[in-house]
Amino acid sequence: MSDLLPLAILLTSLGVAPVILALPDHWSRLRTALNLGAATIKVALVAWLSMAVASGADFGVGIAIAPGLSLELQADALSVLFLALSSVLWLLTTIYAVGYLEGGTDRSRFFGFFSLCVASTVGIAMAGNLFTFLVFFELLTLATWPLVVHRGSAEAHRAGRIYLIYTLGGGLALTLGTIWLYALAGDVPFTPRGVLGDLPETHRASVTAIFVLLIAGVGVKAALVPLHGWLPVSMVAPAPVSALLHAVAVVKSGAYGIMRIVYDVYGVDTVQALGLALPLAALAALTILWGSIRALRQDDLKKRLAYSTVSQVSYITLGVALISPLAAIGGLAHLIHQGIMKITLFLAAGNFAEARGVKTVSAMDGMGRLMPGTTLAFTIGALGMIGIPPLAGFVSKWYLGAGGLDVGQPAVIALLAGSSLLNAAYFLPILQRAWFRPPPEDVVPKRGIGWMLVAPPAVTAALVVAAGLLANAPFSPLGWTRFIVSLEYL
Amino acid sequence: MTTDLVYHVAGAGLTGLALWRLATCRDALRRIMALNVLAIGIAMVLLASGFDAATGRTDPVPQAFALTGIVVLVSVTAALLALAERIGGRSND
Amino acid sequence: MTEASLIVSLPLLAAVVTAASARVARPVGLIATAANAALAILLARRVLAEGAQVTHLGGWEAPLGIAFETDGLAAVMILMAAIVGVAVAVQASDDRTPRSATDPGAFWPLWLATLGAMNALFLSADLFNLYVTFEILGLAAVGLTALTGTRRALRAAFDYLSAGLAGSLLLLLGVALAYAAAGQVDLSVVPALTESAQGRISLALIFAGLAVKAALFPLHFWMPAAHSSAAPVASALLSALVVKAAIYVALRLSLDGGIGAEPLRVAMAAAGAGAMLWGSWHALRADRLKLLVAHSTVAQVGLISLALGVAPGAADSTLWHAAVLLMLSHAFAKAAMFLAVGRIAEELGHDRISGLNREELRPGAAEFAFAVAAVSLIGLPPTAGFVGKWVLIEGLIDRDAWIWVALVFAGTVLSAAYLSRVVSRCLRGGPHVAPGARRPQWRAGDVAALGLAVSALLLGLGSALPFALLEITVT
Repeated sequence: MSDLLPLAILLTSLGVAPVILALPDHWSRLRTALNLGAATIKVALVAWLSMAVASGADFGVGIAIAPGLSLELQADALSVLFLALSSVLWLLTTIYAVGYLEGGTDRSRFFGFFSLCVASTVGIAMAGNLFTFLVFFELLTLATWPLVVHRGSAEAHRAGRIYLIYTLGGGLALTLGTIWLYALAGDVPFTPRGVLGDLPETHRASVTAIFVLLIAGVGVKAALVPLHGWLPVSMVAPAPVSALLHAVAVVKSGAYGIMRIVYDVYGVDTVQALGLALPLAALAALTILWGSIRALRQDDLKKRLAYSTVSQVSYITLGVALISPLAAIGGLAHLIHQGIMKITLFLAAGNFAEARGVKTVSAMDGMGRLMPGTTLAFTIGALGMIGIPPLAGFVSKWYLGAGGLDVGQPAVIALLAGSSLLNAAYFLPILQRAWFRPPPEDVVPKRGIGWMLVAPPAVTAALVVAAGLLANAPFSPLGWTRFIVSLEYL
Repeated sequence: MTTDLVYHVAGAGLTGLALWRLATCRDALRRIMALNVLAIGIAMVLLASGFDAATGRTDPVPQAFALTGIVVLVSVTAALLALAERIGGRSND
Repeated sequence: MTEASLIVSLPLLAAVVTAASARVARPVGLIATAANAALAILLARRVLAEGAQVTHLGGWEAPLGIAFETDGLAAVMILMAAIVGVAVAVQASDDRTPRSATDPGAFWPLWLATLGAMNALFLSADLFNLYVTFEILGLAAVGLTALTGTRRALRAAFDYLSAGLAGSLLLLLGVALAYAAAGQVDLSVVPALTESAQGRISLALIFAGLAVKAALFPLHFWMPAAHSSAAPVASALLSALVVKAAIYVALRLSLDGGIGAEPLRVAMAAAGAGAMLWGSWHALRADRLKLLVAHSTVAQVGLISLALGVAPGAADSTLWHAAVLLMLSHAFAKAAMFLAVGRIAEELGHDRISGLNREELRPGAAEFAFAVAAVSLIGLPPTAGFVGKWVLIEGLIDRDAWIWVALVFAGTVLSAAYLSRVVSRCLRGGPHVAPGARRPQWRAGDVAALGLAVSALLLGLGSALPFALLEITVT
């Protein structure tokens, strides 16, 4: 029975997706019940799974596809990290999306693909080998495209086209790299400390080329510069989609892919020996700075958040690439921390737009007085991003900095300081406008927004505080990442 | 030996001519004619290859092939003519 | 083995019955198609359990009798035809679907004759049988092309039939020369043919004939018109199955060492690459939906031919297994696509791509089916097209054949480009659809298209079954 737990977790969203797609649009009660029921069950199942994994249980289930090729689902500590993030945030985003899209068109299509999108994310989290990872990674591309073009406008279709070109291009690189690796090494199961350690020296050049292909492939979704162009453009999507794309599903799948490739395919020692760690770290550093600099100049609130995502996701890559246990803890914890902080910001931004029509930074004047709760959530998210103690972002940055010193790269401290300054420079003006400026005279009258829009950002903001304050508790993101890192570096 | 070669060459020549006509001509009737010539050319090659000059005997299997080819040719020609006739009829619609 | 004899005779008998009486055509046709599918499953199970079998029709042994050889490859192809056939029959049985201006019952005898001829072709163990079954198949297929009776369809049927006749005459000449070179027409003589000059010429002629029938670039000139002007159910059969018959024969011959002749193999692969680029280019520029799908068949046949051309033969099975998987995937996805296009055109009243954004019509199940089928054709996971391409590329990388890898990838990118022209229009919505826009009603045709599209998707996960069957192939 328990071997089937990963399958059950996958099916809670993969199974309901076709049902929801087939429902007539006006059956909203049944659709909402299905959505929320499946999301709740998934959270419960993931909680069960994480208990089991913490006590040392192994999960694995698979089917053979072709000779030497099989789909494998497994659950290890790293999977649980990503699973917990996506299942909890899926539940919250679903509640938000139900409220957000009330009365809209094509809702069955929206929620069907929404479920498929989460199913792919969960599949990515539980992939047991590189092939399975690739399958779900590409499925994610397909499932998110209809969400990006959901509004159906010419602008949405343009954004969708750009999104597809980037992600399918990345998919091709990833596919080529994966097939090449399978041709060299046979099946590539995800194994702590990698499987390529004992490959003969003659394959050195091929293995390096494959690494570049794989990282380029997942790097598109992780929005590594210069592969990040799709992310700000796809901001035309509805708010819950932006939240999901940017906080959970897409960018995190990319970052998670980098982790799996570095840790469980190549192994940190091999990456180090091939001399690939430093270039990757440099790319991450460049992305951190570039994203922040571009964010400074965006007046559109969602675009500013998007460039901030470009920058922040690369903390995860940096943590992986520094090849130090401490930095790894920071990077892995940031997978969760950035997720809950960014989703808070996006959900709050969605509420500003819904209730007051506020979509730009310059229109944020007086929002603190008009919508204090939402603005408070936004503020917590923003301060966390900057890295103000004791919020979640501070914890990640602390460990990243310590890791940098640990491997003799004090430049990392300078990078973190510079990036935090830039974070402050693009977030604080928003907060200053919201809290310390009076609302404009011609303020748009408030459109009522229900609890379904208000509660999710409140919950995630509370999580941001808790993840920072309770960082030392055993089941906190930090506690869990320490457990993972002890497996990868022992 | 020489008669044998004559049939082979003539058959191949007819085949080539017919293929060339098929590739260049758009007129339905001429194309049907070209296909018939093609079949005759191929039948000639077949019959010639079935004849063993040394023993003076003929092998029946190539003849059977040629016969099958002719049966197919006749039926397909009929179908083609019917189609061509209908296309012509429709042009006045 | 009775299944083999039954699966050939049953559809042909049913074809005679449906031709004789138009009144019972539909029920008899449906029952025969379903029975054929059941027989195909039994046949595949038998092959899996007991291995390859030889049946002598009526107890007559060679050289007088007709021998049927049932092995894994034949079983896979028969299953493919049976499954596609069921879906097509479901759509054709919907009375409201316009099929023929002249005779609504004409579809059934033609389809059943096609099915019977195809089953016989897949089971044939000698070259002459292959030739004869090919002719029956060709005539039935021309009938399907001309089914709508429009001038355009008749003209396409004429071109198809004359190209097909030229192809089969070349084939006949090749078979005859093969006989002259080797003294018999059994498939087992093929390896001996590669030894002599005359044998190689005969093989080249056979492949030229097959290339015409398979619409392999540059001999595909007749095909886009034929497949795009036929009725949707007919186009689905022509594109998904009839073209495959020629590829199947080429595969059989190459398995028996036939394209062991290096120049022939390279020519096949190069023609395949040319087809991918040429077909994709025309699909990118097509203005009608059916024309786009037909040109996509040119490109996909090219991909399969490329896989066959680079496959070194029976001893190394990876690449030709990949080719078969691509054939299966293409059969399901392309048939689904034509059926979906038929329904889309029916709702819209036309099939112009630029006119797909109709404000008063919401996208329906058929458009969803088209999108799912497109995912298979592009070869995205988890479809059979993906698994096929994966196995193909892994095999190519193993042989350091990087140029072919690049060509396969280029073909994939192009297919994504031309198919997304349509799929993005299937996702219209929001403010760009009028508030009172209607959604198309579900029809049998939607179920058929969606069912096939989903099977193409799921076949990727179930690829272990065709691979297991292909292991039991007699070479």
